Amino acid sequence: MALSGLILAGFVFVHMLGNLQLFLGQEALNSYAYKLQSIPAVLWGFRAFLLLATVTHVLTAISLVRENRAARPKPNAEEKFIQATFASRGMGLTGALLFAFIVFHVLHYTVRITHPEYQDMHYILEKNGKEVQVHDVFTMMVSGFTEKWISGTYIVCMAMLCLHLTHGVSSLFQTIGIRNTAWKSRLDGLAIAYGWTVFIGFVSVPMAVLMGVINLPG
Amino acid sequence: MIIDAKIPAGPIAEKWSRHKFSNKLVNPANRRKYHVIIVGTGLAGGSAAATLAEQGYNVTSFCYQDSPRRAHSIAAQGGINAAKNYQNDGDSIHRLFYDTVKGGDFRSREANVHRLAEVSANIIDQCAAQGVPFAREYGGLLANRSFGGAQVSRTFYARGATGQQLLLGAYSALSRQIGLGTVKMYNRHEMLDLVLVDGHAKGIVTRNLVTGEIKSWAADAVVLATGGYSNAFYLSTNAVGCNSIATMRAYKKGAGFANPCYTQIHPTCIPQSGDHQSKLTLMSESLRNDGRVWVPKDAADCEKPPEQIPEEARDYFLERKYPSFGNLAPRDIASRAAKEACDEGRGVGPGKRGVYLDFADAIQRLGESAIQERYGNLFDIYERITGDSAYRKPMRIYPAPHYTMGGLWVDYNLQSTIPGLFVIGEANFSDHGANRLGASALMQGLADGYFVLPNTLPNYLAGEKPGIINTGLDAFQEVEADVNAFTEKLLSINGTRTPRSLHLDLGRIMWEKCGMARNKAGLEEALRKIPEIRQEFWANLKVTGEGKQLNQELERAGRLAEFLDLAELMCHDALDRDESCGGHFREEHQTEDGEAVRLDDDFAHAAIWEYRGAGEKPTRHVEELDFKDVPLAVRSYK
Amino acid sequence: MNLKLKIWRQDTSDGSGQFKHYEINNVSPDSSFLEMLDMLNEQLVESGDQSVAFDSDCREGVCGMCSLTINGIPHGGHQGTTTCQLHMRSFSDGQTITIEPFRAKSFPVLRDLVVDRGGFDEIIQAGGFITCRTGSAQDANEIPIPKPLADDAFDFAACIGCGACVAACKNASAMLFTGAKIAHLNSLPQGKAEKDRRTLSMVSKMDEAGFGNCRNYGECSAVCPKEIPLDVIAKMNRDFAVASVKGFISK
Repeated sequence: MALSGLILAGFVFVHMLGNLQLFLGQEALNSYAYKLQSIPAVLWGFRAFLLLATVTHVLTAISLVRENRAARPKPNAEEKFIQATFASRGMGLTGALLFAFIVFHVLHYTVRITHPEYQDMHYILEKNGKEVQVHDVFTMMVSGFTEKWISGTYIVCMAMLCLHLTHGVSSLFQTIGIRNTAWKSRLDGLAIAYGWTVFIGFVSVPMAVLMGVINLPG
Repeated sequence: MIIDAKIPAGPIAEKWSRHKFSNKLVNPANRRKYHVIIVGTGLAGGSAAATLAEQGYNVTSFCYQDSPRRAHSIAAQGGINAAKNYQNDGDSIHRLFYDTVKGGDFRSREANVHRLAEVSANIIDQCAAQGVPFAREYGGLLANRSFGGAQVSRTFYARGATGQQLLLGAYSALSRQIGLGTVKMYNRHEMLDLVLVDGHAKGIVTRNLVTGEIKSWAADAVVLATGGYSNAFYLSTNAVGCNSIATMRAYKKGAGFANPCYTQIHPTCIPQSGDHQSKLTLMSESLRNDGRVWVPKDAADCEKPPEQIPEEARDYFLERKYPSFGNLAPRDIASRAAKEACDEGRGVGPGKRGVYLDFADAIQRLGESAIQERYGNLFDIYERITGDSAYRKPMRIYPAPHYTMGGLWVDYNLQSTIPGLFVIGEANFSDHGANRLGASALMQGLADGYFVLPNTLPNYLAGEKPGIINTGLDAFQEVEADVNAFTEKLLSINGTRTPRSLHLDLGRIMWEKCGMARNKAGLEEALRKIPEIRQEFWANLKVTGEGKQLNQELERAGRLAEFLDLAELMCHDALDRDESCGGHFREEHQTEDGEAVRLDDDFAHAAIWEYRGAGEKPTRHVEELDFKDVPLAVRSYK
Repeated sequence: MNLKLKIWRQDTSDGSGQFKHYEINNVSPDSSFLEMLDMLNEQLVESGDQSVAFDSDCREGVCGMCSLTINGIPHGGHQGTTTCQLHMRSFSDGQTITIEPFRAKSFPVLRDLVVDRGGFDEIIQAGGFITCRTGSAQDANEIPIPKPLADDAFDFAACIGCGACVAACKNASAMLFTGAKIAHLNSLPQGKAEKDRRTLSMVSKMDEAGFGNCRNYGECSAVCPKEIPLDVIAKMNRDFAVASVKGFISK
């Protein structure tokens, strides 16, 4: 759980850095995207790795929930929380929503099944003096986020991600055993900062598109 | 009844080592053939079970609680004495021996006490090795504090929870053996009777407190580690479940009961707040290291808040009466002084039954954080119960029944007058005489369990053929039938009085007539009234529910039945011991300024009571006590 | 004070139970919560009913025998307080109080409010000790233990084994209990020799006994009457990871 969580938490950060290249312009982003995809073995290896981490994360979550339910079959007449944070209690819900989001997100931007027109967006890059036709990720993202419902859903899901990470990262320190009373508040602070950084990083893109800071080329 | 203490010959300091050498041993390969039953899992029972199992014996342990970790040794707060002399302040085995004999007001057996002092140092080593988190100094070595009745600092402690930590240490050793299968542990089982085969203790009958099942258990020897009987007073610092069934059943089967009137009233408990109260809570004696006990000089000031009573209007009565020991005067003396002040109308708080224990000076001298470090958890307990902070205003305290020095009589081997029946810890009478010094109960419990019994029980076992006893014998069937009949009887009375209400009645009489101060008329009155309550009990008891279920009313009723008989025995003993000594204060025997007067010519003995049947006065036997190494002297703490 | 009580009643461990309603009047605010229940039981017995079974023994907050979930919170939710130390002055006149047993599969109800916490004993039996045969110990001062370490060990060892941590955890996890004992023994020099074996064995027994998993809610530590810190769980996790890796390498 913790290990797969660590991988996924690391991945979202790198993903966010990639997204932020949108602000550097069409060429920078498309060139970065091309670089990522230019070696199929690396690309597919990485995809498989991520898939494995995701599947592990989901399956361990399900099995832990089942064990936990079995460990406490009968709830109190009145269930109370006196300490648990909002984020920690919502891990199941935020996790499930995020999973649904990831599926849609992959279908939307990677497989492009929901929007087949994305397949035809191309961009010409100059590579070592040669012209290469690549997929126009920039146009795809901007046109995607121009649709208000997509941006809206995206922002809500990133808020879920933020919550999931604030508890998940703090929990991670506990699970691998590097937390104590002295460091608890610092590490919890770090987890919150991480969650918010990821949230702001991701959300800045649709916000910029919606506010017209970034527009479709031409 | 033959009373033979079996004290080994030789100089006092060599008796124990000589005795260990002369004892018969059991070959390691044969030990597993011997089966030992141990009832109770406190410091004495837990440590004995662990140690005997380590040696290779087959042990079966019982406790009435849901886990062996909960025995009432856990509530001891202040500390455990040991003659380590880590403080280089003049302590020695001989001094601990001397202090304990003197503290016991010359009514204990010298040889036993010396042995206790000898093994005291081993206890600390054993417990430290088990991981008991004793208080330490910054250099990493063990810290000590001082305690009542001693002028050296020899008490080892773990904040205010020494008993808890020592018990958890013994429990961990016991748990290890349970895990290894060498001890079979039965929780929520109460011993209801003892089984004798040919005059030897060879088994017990228990009630499973969950299912109500009555069952026999056979063994080659039986060890009782079932604690004291302070709950005869109803309100005491004991756990609500503490009871005397095991010791009383043994007494009724022929074990002599020694000095039942020696009960200790602890000076520093939280005063009673009303009739609803189910128990009294102790505030460790260690508080008297830094707290000063006082009442207003003038009874008219008692209603005033303490901060409005100026220094010159306060009577620091322990410091005034006992200048050399001051607030650290022994328990019996401090308790009586508090009672005296309240009897004079100078008590404080509800019902004017309380005196102040004031930390203002210590807080000023050492700072609040130092006091918090030493007593923080005790101050917290006090605040939870009373709603007051002892950092801001003085604690109110009052004496309460706390420990019983009396118990089943045992010889030097800790064997009772019934062969094969061994009694350890508070349940026996052996080491504290008429008064126990603070931090000595933990020491005795662990001494008996870790070091004494494991060296004396094998001597008995070596003379027994192992494994010939089984529960199919008639003796077991008979006792089991008696127990069933007894239980049925309790359930069938169907009167109007609950066990608790009857226990409350008994407690009131005991506290008033056989408590901190006793006199002939009062004891005679108690001896008239107790049979009346017993009659009421057997005629008008109400126990709802059934026998074959978890039934806490039935448990209470069964325990009270024995307390009624024991209370009567306590009064007989108190009446016949026509002197004052230690915790037994007869008002007829006191000096002009209220100090106890011992009558050594007539009473330098242990009184051992032999059961003569229901309703009959038991027979009083004596064991003469010799004081060769600590000459008899008037105990003075002035 | 006059109070309304809603109490879980259950006849046997295999049977099902239900809440029953009671009223109790003239309760002294100075009485403890359990004394209030004693009073109720006196009324019940006098009227021919069976008393409400509940566990208690020392009634001074150290034996760990008392339990009860009061208004949804084990031990009633006053910091550092067991049920037996809870006093009625913390409640208000006319209040309805819900009282139920500690809920967990590993703590089966035996009757009414009494549960079986034997799982805790099994965890200790699996390794919650330092192997040290009676009489084999060296002088107590031969192993100096720095005061801060001794103080920490005491804080971990203060656990009374009441089970509130399990009852407060929505997953009925026993990690605070197990962690406290592991932290106590593993942090002391005396306990180092058996550290790995102890940790692996206690954790595996804990899982076997059917306790749930930690989700870092922190409810356990919040209700703990001895205020055992969550650190002990982190420490247990670390010691477990180290012991597992060592075990894997040496295979």
